[in-house]
Amino acid sequence: MSTQFQAIEVIQTKVVNATSKVVPMHWQIRALKQVVKAKKKIFGPRRPIPEFLEAPIPDVSTLAIEDIDLSNPFLYRQDQWRAYYKRLRDEAPVHYLKNSPFGPFWSVTRFEDILFVDKSHELFSSEPLIVLGDSPEGLPVEMFIAMDPPKHDVQRRSVQGVVAPQNLKEMEGLIRVRTGEVLDSLPRNKVFNWVPTVSKELTGRMLATLLDFPYEERDKLIDWSDRLSGTAAATGGEFSDEDNIFDAAADMAWSFSKLWRDKEARRVAGEAPSFDLMSLLQSSKDTEDLINRPMEFIGNLALLIVGGNDTTRNSMSGGVLALNQFPEEFAKLKAKPELIPNMVSEIIRWQTPLAHMRRVATQDVELRGQIIKKGDRVLMWYASGNRDERKFENPDDFIIDREGARNHIAFGYGIHRCMGNRLAELQLRILWEELLKRFENIEVVGEPERVQSNFVRGYSKLMVKLTAKS
Amino acid sequence: MGKITFIAHDNTEQVVQFEAGDSLMQIAVHNGVRGIDGDCGGECACGTCHVIVAREWFDRTGTPGDAEEQMLSMTPERAKTSRLGCQVKTTEAMDGMTVRLPEFQM
Repeated sequence: MSTQFQAIEVIQTKVVNATSKVVPMHWQIRALKQVVKAKKKIFGPRRPIPEFLEAPIPDVSTLAIEDIDLSNPFLYRQDQWRAYYKRLRDEAPVHYLKNSPFGPFWSVTRFEDILFVDKSHELFSSEPLIVLGDSPEGLPVEMFIAMDPPKHDVQRRSVQGVVAPQNLKEMEGLIRVRTGEVLDSLPRNKVFNWVPTVSKELTGRMLATLLDFPYEERDKLIDWSDRLSGTAAATGGEFSDEDNIFDAAADMAWSFSKLWRDKEARRVAGEAPSFDLMSLLQSSKDTEDLINRPMEFIGNLALLIVGGNDTTRNSMSGGVLALNQFPEEFAKLKAKPELIPNMVSEIIRWQTPLAHMRRVATQDVELRGQIIKKGDRVLMWYASGNRDERKFENPDDFIIDREGARNHIAFGYGIHRCMGNRLAELQLRILWEELLKRFENIEVVGEPERVQSNFVRGYSKLMVKLTAKS
Repeated sequence: MGKITFIAHDNTEQVVQFEAGDSLMQIAVHNGVRGIDGDCGGECACGTCHVIVAREWFDRTGTPGDAEEQMLSMTPERAKTSRLGCQVKTTEAMDGMTVRLPEFQM
């Protein structure tokens, strides 16, 4: 990518920040959309936006090692990912791909090496983005997951209270009530799609609570999150039209600015601050003026909705699928429901809802005899690390009482470790506790449909049939 | 051989025997102390073996390194005498030490 385009985006962000006090944020974003359109007309796009048409993926054993491409967004959907990861783990654990639709990149696929990269944040920067591809041209959003210390530490600290013990305890009861409501409304002995009815519904409700977002508008959160994480240029997802992303960002900016101003007004009127995310951001010195930095404002909110959405949602679906593929584990679970907490860790390992995180080398680094050059992109394939036979015995098996299930790498390690890990576990634990109270069997009917992405390992369709307990 | 007492957030005490040289996290995990997770297995990379050392014993546990400081700064229950159990190598001088556990391992 040319530095010229980066420089333009830096200037653009400065203009956006400077005018944010007088121009509403969603207007700014709509204006940016026009600027980018004009820029593309004059200069052409920064990098051709990759177009992904699904074609059958070749068997990995037919490929030369240097041609193995983990960025293919259909690898997961076509169920080829295990063999692809395994070949790299065995033959080229630190692997360089010269050409991909996203440019060149390194793949790190063994657990031990991923841990090393994740821990070494001074060697491997998280900036400017933690997915393989680029953010939409002209929309260089900034989020703390994609910042290095010290800025990262400051911003993360100001929001981590939203998942602190006090909040988690208050949330437990609420999550249980809502989970119960959703489960009680499910059809019995009738086939339905688990994904929208349970997984999306429960995670949508949770997000609305964390953000104190209007409850009846919670579907918007899911829609924005899907569009942001499903951008073709960033993750090979299904949204290739960048206008679409601008529209989502503008809608989001409008809703969140409104929410922010509303909170501010209530606070000035003497209302005690609550523990939702907006209130926390407003009560920290470092983020109280975040609204004046629109790219950071949108970025951090996007991070928290994407972080709490695809991940938990797809683990909720993944658990159902896993227990159907390993029916003896379902029997074990019914006999010993006290295994639920360990099973939750095993679900997260087995599913690994986010396939990778990206880093950029800050200097030349030697790893397993390969020289990663300063500036190179390095992908840590968590989904491979969690299936590394060097770390986990029979890694492809789903074993609810697996020893060391907690040692999975799906949350990442080091300073960027998932902030919502305890909340995610809480949601999944309650879901399974409440499911076991009500149902004798959850039967998956037919093959699930998986989403197109090299980042999100998710399901769009999982047809199930429930049998109530007699 | 010595003894270390782990006090959970609900004040239940667990006294465990240790051999000098193991880390506090290893001792806790091997003895099934509830409230210590040790997710990363001792790499100073997850923060889930957080302990709060009794003030009078704190000096004997050494000084936290940069990586440990950074991980500790991410937990909302951080206290003045917080340590990551995996980074505290036990010595004979720790016989009789008391450490408290946070409410949650983040």
